[in-house]
Amino acid sequence: MSHELPEHPDWLWRTPDPKPAYDVVIVGAGGHGLATAYYLARNHGITNVAVLERGWLAGGNMARNTTIIRSNYLCDASAAIYEHALKLWETLPDELEYDFLFSQRGVLNLAHTLQDVREGTRRVNANRLGGVDAEWLDPDEVRAFCPIVNTSPDVRHPVLGATLQPRAGIAKHDHVAWALARKADAYGVDLIQNCEVTGFVRDGDRVVGVETTRGRIGAGQVALAAAGHTSTLADLLGLRLPLQSHPLQALVSELLQPVHPTVVMSNHVHVYVSQAHKGELVMGAGIDSYNGYGQRGSFHQIEHQMAAALELFPIFARAHVLRTWGGIVDVTPDASPIIGTTPIDGLYLNCGWGTGGFKATPASGWVYAHTIATGTPHPLNEPFALERFTTGALIDEHGAAAVAH
Amino acid sequence: MLLIACPWCGERDETEFHYGGQAHVAYPADPEALTDAEWAEYVFVRENPKGPFAERWSHAAGCRRWFNVIRHTVTHEILAVYPAGRPEPVIA
Ligand SMILES: Cc1cc2nc3c(=O)[nH]c(=O)nc-3n(C[C@H](O)[C@H](O)[C@H](O)COP(=O)(O)OP(=O)(O)OC[C@H]3O[C@@H](n4cnc5c(N)ncnc54)[C@H](O)[C@@H]3O)c2cc1C
Ligand SMILES: [Zn+2]
Repeated sequence: MSHELPEHPDWLWRTPDPKPAYDVVIVGAGGHGLATAYYLARNHGITNVAVLERGWLAGGNMARNTTIIRSNYLCDASAAIYEHALKLWETLPDELEYDFLFSQRGVLNLAHTLQDVREGTRRVNANRLGGVDAEWLDPDEVRAFCPIVNTSPDVRHPVLGATLQPRAGIAKHDHVAWALARKADAYGVDLIQNCEVTGFVRDGDRVVGVETTRGRIGAGQVALAAAGHTSTLADLLGLRLPLQSHPLQALVSELLQPVHPTVVMSNHVHVYVSQAHKGELVMGAGIDSYNGYGQRGSFHQIEHQMAAALELFPIFARAHVLRTWGGIVDVTPDASPIIGTTPIDGLYLNCGWGTGGFKATPASGWVYAHTIATGTPHPLNEPFALERFTTGALIDEHGAAAVAH
Repeated sequence: MLLIACPWCGERDETEFHYGGQAHVAYPADPEALTDAEWAEYVFVRENPKGPFAERWSHAAGCRRWFNVIRHTVTHEILAVYPAGRPEPVIA
């Protein structure tokens, strides 16, 4: 695969005016909304579809994430859906006929405490049993794989080992969105930007359309894919969801020569670092603790992640931060997404991906399209139903494993 | 960066505080009577407004007391600070 950036073609999709009605209206043209539209057309032959976006296409979290793709989750339900995504990532550039620089450079999750070591080795074993590639590296092997990581035993949080998922990596997020948008458009899907959904049209218990800043649009089905803004939309229907929206930040350095061969994540000192194709170091950390929609985060989060990055990578001591930004992520109590039907007829939910939904983009679209087309969940999203908060069958990645991105 | 006025210690940087989520979530008065759905609502569902939000903070690195704040979740403007146990002030 080429390592030069693809040319930006002039016209990747049409910009139609909204029609009076569609079979399916998807709210939100992030990666998940676009992938859903694509698979509705490709897998189910449903093409009378509109994707409504209040801003510009893929300008939400899709444009703000740190692009890490992996499937080394602990819980079976999560590993299964993220691994389905990873398999799709491996074939999508050919299928979409668009190179989005999916680079399987591996992801290291570092262990700094005995607890981390136990969690990591347990996760490696669980992954291998579940058919997900995973290895345990000792500190010397970590150094061999990523020579710029400081594996000295004399630092405050020494590296005691790491899990490695060799098939994991990064991709160019904007290009992923454009590639999906282009193919969805070619199937006849209308991608409508500057079109904010401001209300819903109901017929009894059923949702039959949406009110937008560009007028009323009828819909056979309405599928939310609005990430951090989902609960503000659900509020309009009196549907209360277990979601909290938080700012999540990332930052990049100036361009540097290629020095960083893989993705390194550390939940304990809490930073993750990779090097983008152009050469910027891309870094992220945790969410701000409090709810917020301001699309900027606290400065102390940046200080914290920079301190962690410097301990792990002393080589970056003189790198300059070029820019920082924030997105609004929707977090659920069990740090797992909600994908499925709702108590309201005609309304579907795809939300709660929190800090880690980019990697799921193709699988999210795949199972969501299945759910919308058939009215019943795909086996891969069945465990992620809204009902789990009532039945208690939570998918507790938060309690179980390394969940950051 | 938030500057939060602890009712006891005055204005301090947000790094001194710990966040406690939505304020005024009362424990069910008659727990035995709750359905599973009502328990789910109490345990898992909180308001998530885009606008003023009544929430709890603790001055973890200071006096360690809990209190309530009304903060605008878009502008981060702090509209009220009041001790825990007091009713939610009406914001004009
Ligand atoms: C800083 C940061 C780093 C991250 N890093 C990673 C990572 O490394 N790996 C990973 O897997 N994930 C990561 N994520 C998470 C990932 O970006 C999200 O989980 C994922 O993008 C969410 O799915 P989406 O594409 O639908 O969301 P979005 O791209 O946010 O799409 C939602 C869209 O809905 C639109 N919308 C909202 N309300 C309305 C309305 N009323 N009407 C019309 N449109 C509306 C929004 O404008 C937006 O474009 C990160 C997120 C952030 C913020
Ligand atoms: Zn105090």
